[in-house]
Amino acid sequence: MSKVSMVLNGKPVAADVEDRTLLVSFIREVRGLTGTHVGCDTSQCGACVVHVDGKAVKSCTMLAAQADGAEVVTLEGLASGGALHPVQAAFKENHGLQCGFCTPGMIMSAVDMINRHGAGNLDETTIRHELEGNICRCTGYHNIVKAIKAASDQMAGMAQAAE
Amino acid sequence: MAVEGIGARALRKEDKRFITGKGRYTDDMVLPGMGHAAFVRSPHAHARVKGIDASAALAMPGVDAVLTGDQLVGDGIGNLICGWMIHSKDGSPMNMGGWRALEPEVVRHVGQAVAVVVADTPAQARDAADAVVVDYEELPAVVDAIEALAPGAPQIHPEAAGNLIFDWEIGDEAAVEAAFDNAAHVTRMEIRNNRLVPNPMEPRAALASYDDAEEHYTLYTTSQNPHVARLVLSAFYNVAPEHKLRVIAPDVGGGFGSKIYIYPEEMVCLWASKRVGRPVKWVSDRTEAFLTDAHGRDHRSEAELALDADNRITGLRVKTIANLGAYMSLFSSSVPTYLYATLLSGQYDIPAIHANVKTVYTNTTPVDAYRGAGRPEATYLLERLMETAAREVGLSPAEFRRRNFVRSFPHQTPVIMCYDAGDYDATLDAAMKAADYDGFAARKAEAASRGKLRGIGLSCYIEACGIAPSAAVGSLGAGVGLWESAEVRVNPVGTVEVLTGSHSHGQGHETTFAQLISERFGLDTDAVSIVHGDTDKVQFGMGTYGSRSGAVGMSAIVKALDKVEAKAKKIAAHLMEAAEGDIQIEGGELKVAGTDKKLTFTEVALAAYTAHNLPDGMEPGLKEGAFYDPTNFTFPAGTYVCEVEVDPETGKTEIVNFVAADDFGKVINPMIVEGQVHGGLVQGIGQALLENASYDENGQLLTASYMDYSMPRADDVPSFKLTTHETLCPGNPLGMKGCGEAGAIGSPPAVINAITDAIGSNDLAMPASPEKVWALYRSAMREAAE
Repeated sequence: MSKVSMVLNGKPVAADVEDRTLLVSFIREVRGLTGTHVGCDTSQCGACVVHVDGKAVKSCTMLAAQADGAEVVTLEGLASGGALHPVQAAFKENHGLQCGFCTPGMIMSAVDMINRHGAGNLDETTIRHELEGNICRCTGYHNIVKAIKAASDQMAGMAQAAE
Repeated sequence: MAVEGIGARALRKEDKRFITGKGRYTDDMVLPGMGHAAFVRSPHAHARVKGIDASAALAMPGVDAVLTGDQLVGDGIGNLICGWMIHSKDGSPMNMGGWRALEPEVVRHVGQAVAVVVADTPAQARDAADAVVVDYEELPAVVDAIEALAPGAPQIHPEAAGNLIFDWEIGDEAAVEAAFDNAAHVTRMEIRNNRLVPNPMEPRAALASYDDAEEHYTLYTTSQNPHVARLVLSAFYNVAPEHKLRVIAPDVGGGFGSKIYIYPEEMVCLWASKRVGRPVKWVSDRTEAFLTDAHGRDHRSEAELALDADNRITGLRVKTIANLGAYMSLFSSSVPTYLYATLLSGQYDIPAIHANVKTVYTNTTPVDAYRGAGRPEATYLLERLMETAAREVGLSPAEFRRRNFVRSFPHQTPVIMCYDAGDYDATLDAAMKAADYDGFAARKAEAASRGKLRGIGLSCYIEACGIAPSAAVGSLGAGVGLWESAEVRVNPVGTVEVLTGSHSHGQGHETTFAQLISERFGLDTDAVSIVHGDTDKVQFGMGTYGSRSGAVGMSAIVKALDKVEAKAKKIAAHLMEAAEGDIQIEGGELKVAGTDKKLTFTEVALAAYTAHNLPDGMEPGLKEGAFYDPTNFTFPAGTYVCEVEVDPETGKTEIVNFVAADDFGKVINPMIVEGQVHGGLVQGIGQALLENASYDENGQLLTASYMDYSMPRADDVPSFKLTTHETLCPGNPLGMKGCGEAGAIGSPPAVINAITDAIGSNDLAMPASPEKVWALYRSAMREAAE
């Protein structure tokens, strides 16, 4: 057993877990945050993507112990003060989800993608390439790509307005 | 929200919980004291089980029990069933072998469960499952359907001699013979429809509990049809009588057919929950999903098309061998028969059709309905044949199709179906216009200047949805009726709950169904809740598959709404002292025509429940139910145009343009319908370019994870151009046809027709991997040079 501590969605948490506990199990089973999903167990589908210290990570590929001391954000922690994150809103506005199972990973990957490229700097080819690690079986990606582009452009507009 | 009726692109009511992480899927459910199940699965495709030693596993930490097939059979749990009886052409019933949820004697595919471990944690259960020692005697295996039919092939079930399940036919063989005898041209092809794995992103899961005081079970599970699950678990598997079994399908992460069936694992969890005296949860991992979720397709066919001198089709002859895997899954027998051969007429006026279908046991995962179910197989066969015939006789693919389109309705095909409405020229025209078909030659020349091979392919599909008129399917062997039910409950405050037997696992019913009520009563869609997926809440339902939730499920809601509206009008007329016929419902109000008298919907609802002043003899309340049984199938149809560029150096295909022109009848929410088409198209493109369930000769599934099975990813596919043309379905109150499967049905032949056009060689099997395309193009070049 190891004692694992982290800041999860802004809140310090700690638990004694088996050494082999995956980060996704810690989030889902120990902390009861079921918005992060497991779709494949082989780090292919991306339904389990969360942010660890600001970077998108497949939480089924990482031990909870490796996230000791880290700051972890899941889909549940993305909205602030009741307001949806622009990426969440764009997924709804553009019908970027159907069954909702891949959605947590898609949204967390999209936020990371926009952060890395800078808001407003994403074109369709880049978005499709960046989504290589997230599988969706429902939407055919068409509206997911549209949603991410819309969110990226909207966030650029927001950034500009703030300046 | 707002009043958003039929035709509105209403944003989805259900989205908020999914985009904020508040969706509730089966694996998210936790019950106090629950244990976790792990299955012991066969590593062999065919083997005798000589013994199971669980002693080491039982001694491991946290382990409650190791349960085997002998105990399951001993407790009177029934075999898994196939719910559709097919008779061979000689009149004999299909040869169905037994299928036990845990196999005590002979395992018949890799991954078949022989035992289950229940332990405190998932990891303990899995560790202990690895420690169960099963003594197997390996038997020879066969994975290919044609080899399984050959003399001397390993015998898989004693009930099915030579592994033949049935040898079925449809159509007039003599008329077809005559057509071929008199044909001016015959096009012949061998066509393979590759085996696919459905792969909804949420793996199957079950959480079962047993209340021994009430002798009552509850099952949370990933089901497209919880009521059918309860019926089958109760009536056939003898788990519990229906009133002692509640099945809940909460949020379900995609289905595509694979979550219609009642699998061994769900049933074993129920049984085990009583045996071990605690709730039992099982969640499939992805490899288990590959090994045990019912696969799709896997047809091998010979097809021939007879043409007269004017290039009109005079006959179609098809011989198909369908691989059903190791066991007959719930609807497996109907897929390659009544859902397949009845669609072989396509959009065309074909006077004579004969199809012979042999279904075969092999040592592979069972095969059943997967998005489209039989209709993609029929469409692929026919549309490859049409494109090939057009090339052979030197007509443009569009002109050849036009020459043979059905143009008057109703149209009785020679294979049961009677098409009620359609306009195939309109969708072909719309697709060609949107694809700039006329500009293709210039684009091809431009691509050639860059060293790329550009090709264009058409596919004109038709499907039968709105499944299905109960008496009709009953006469064809179905074990159930395929109607749907609905209940509309108006609350005293004027809000509305709709209970439906349909089940949403991505289709957006909570929004689309609410739009119906919004349209009818002028209510805000926020004043409407859709209740589904729980056998304790909804009385009965047949579930969601076969693009039936609109045409059948919503028709039931419409019937119930008619009754609610009639009663509300009676009450309003009484209260306003007006004639019932003068009451109009508009904008959430009931008005007396030609006057300024009106009551709000809420006032009428409250009056129904206070019951202080109702018409003489009227019962209080405002709640009505209805069952809707369709009178015919519905026939969505359309044309897809695919344009590709092939790199001759690598064989890699890029889809550069894809147009879908669909006729779905009345569309309630265009945004949701487009989403359904997008998803279907990518599943079809996946089949055409990427996906294949591949077995080695020993029956090991080589593609049992996402490392090996090529799922379409965002950079494998393009964005799509969609257009619709509406002819109303005359058979249901809204004129709906269904849209869930079209994309997967229509797209594979469009893609392969485009690639074969690009490389100038026709003998291309799915999936069209770069290696195959490259080799075919090279050999075509060599032949041309010789």
